[in-house]
Amino acid sequence: MWGIEVIFKGKNLIRLLGGLGTALEISLIAVAISIPIGIILGILMAGRNPVIKAILRVYLDFVRIMPQLVLLFLVFFGTTKVWGWDLSGEVSAVIVFSMWGAAEMSDLVRGALNAIPQHQYESAQSLGFTPLQTKIYIVIPQCVRRLIPLSINLITRMVKTTSLVLMIGVVEVLKVAQQIIEANRMSAPNAAFGVYLFVFALYFAVCFVLSIAARKLEKKWS
Amino acid sequence: MAAFLRAEHLCKDYISESGSVSALSDISFEVQEGEIFGIIGLSGAGKSTLVRCINRLEEPTSGCVYIRDKNINELSQKELREERRNIGMIFQHFNLLMQRNVLDNVALPLEIAGVKKKEAREKAREYLEAVGIPDKALAFPSQLSGGQKQRVAIARVLASDPALLLCDEATSALDPQTTRQILALLRDINRRYGITVIIITHAMTVVQEICDRVAVLEDGELVEMNTVKELFAHPKTKAAKRLLLIQDDNDENEETEEKEVLAS
Repeated sequence: MWGIEVIFKGKNLIRLLGGLGTALEISLIAVAISIPIGIILGILMAGRNPVIKAILRVYLDFVRIMPQLVLLFLVFFGTTKVWGWDLSGEVSAVIVFSMWGAAEMSDLVRGALNAIPQHQYESAQSLGFTPLQTKIYIVIPQCVRRLIPLSINLITRMVKTTSLVLMIGVVEVLKVAQQIIEANRMSAPNAAFGVYLFVFALYFAVCFVLSIAARKLEKKWS
Repeated sequence: MAAFLRAEHLCKDYISESGSVSALSDISFEVQEGEIFGIIGLSGAGKSTLVRCINRLEEPTSGCVYIRDKNINELSQKELREERRNIGMIFQHFNLLMQRNVLDNVALPLEIAGVKKKEAREKAREYLEAVGIPDKALAFPSQLSGGQKQRVAIARVLASDPALLLCDEATSALDPQTTRQILALLRDINRRYGITVIIITHAMTVVQEICDRVAVLEDGELVEMNTVKELFAHPKTKAAKRLLLIQDDNDENEETEEKEVLAS
């Protein structure tokens, strides 16, 4: 029915899951790189140095305004043209998603830090806290609570957006799906619907779990 | 007898794009040991800045503050932190840690100061008792009313045995009845522990209820200082008269509101 049976032919299912694995690998490596960098950039953005703030602001706006696909093309094709680098699609993808994730994460961290009102710092100071103790006992616990649900949402967006990397030749889940549909064009002309439906289910399974976790944490901590 | 606290020629200027703004200009006053001293003024008069100069949450541009003849402005950061345990401060916002229970909130500053956990908790319990909420030790701040939260904040300050308590609009977020209860608690603390209290407020009712003497602040200048009785009986400056008038208006409003309620 609807061409779903195609999925279970031969190694198709394993290939699709392998594609999902590639997509998840790219996004998880990018997450692992972008979250620590994003935290550092966010702290700098909430700081007082106006030059650093301006530079980071431009960086954030640049990465945000550019469609991710354009960023992928810039890194994958652009670096080859200009510097002669031969980056693989996967490496280009990790670079782009790390840049993007770090920018978004930095904005979340900046927001969380700025959300802590001045009177809390004053209160801590008046109780004899050192600046470091103020961060450990007051600032960080509140920021973490605010950030965990937000960063899970960001991770979900990163996982979804990896579907674009097929455009720079990475064989991830969507590319495998296309290949399967092409290969079965004669025997199962309606396979597109079933196969894409299955791809939808795969993405849903991953992102929905993350999204529920985010909602649960948000509720628990609000 | 030397005064407990002396502020000498305090000035605070803020540099902004449009030039320098003077938030405090040449303010001097003395507070005696065990006194409850009020500082009243409209918002923007500089009273918050003034109280922050006492524990150096803000550095005055010039002038200095002596507490028991110790010049606060000459202390190093480390000495200042020590001294701040001697100068408690409560705020309009209670600033409790939402993820810790009441007992831990009170005990945390002690633990940070190096007191052992068990000892800190015992002390915390003792002061929760003193502020009248011993039964709330294991509650979380979100489960408390505004008045109870302020009691926790007061217990947290008391736990470090301060000699001076600064109250920055500490009752401004509370309803009139709770305000009276908190003020009664402050007076009780003042008598029981001999803690000198400085209260910042925009409400004459607060001054009237609790203060021994009061200073009136207007546009960063100390325009009048007197005993509360004298100030109410013979206000000398326009600023003081205006503040008294605002309060009368409030009372009248309340009365008319009551009448309206009765009429309807």
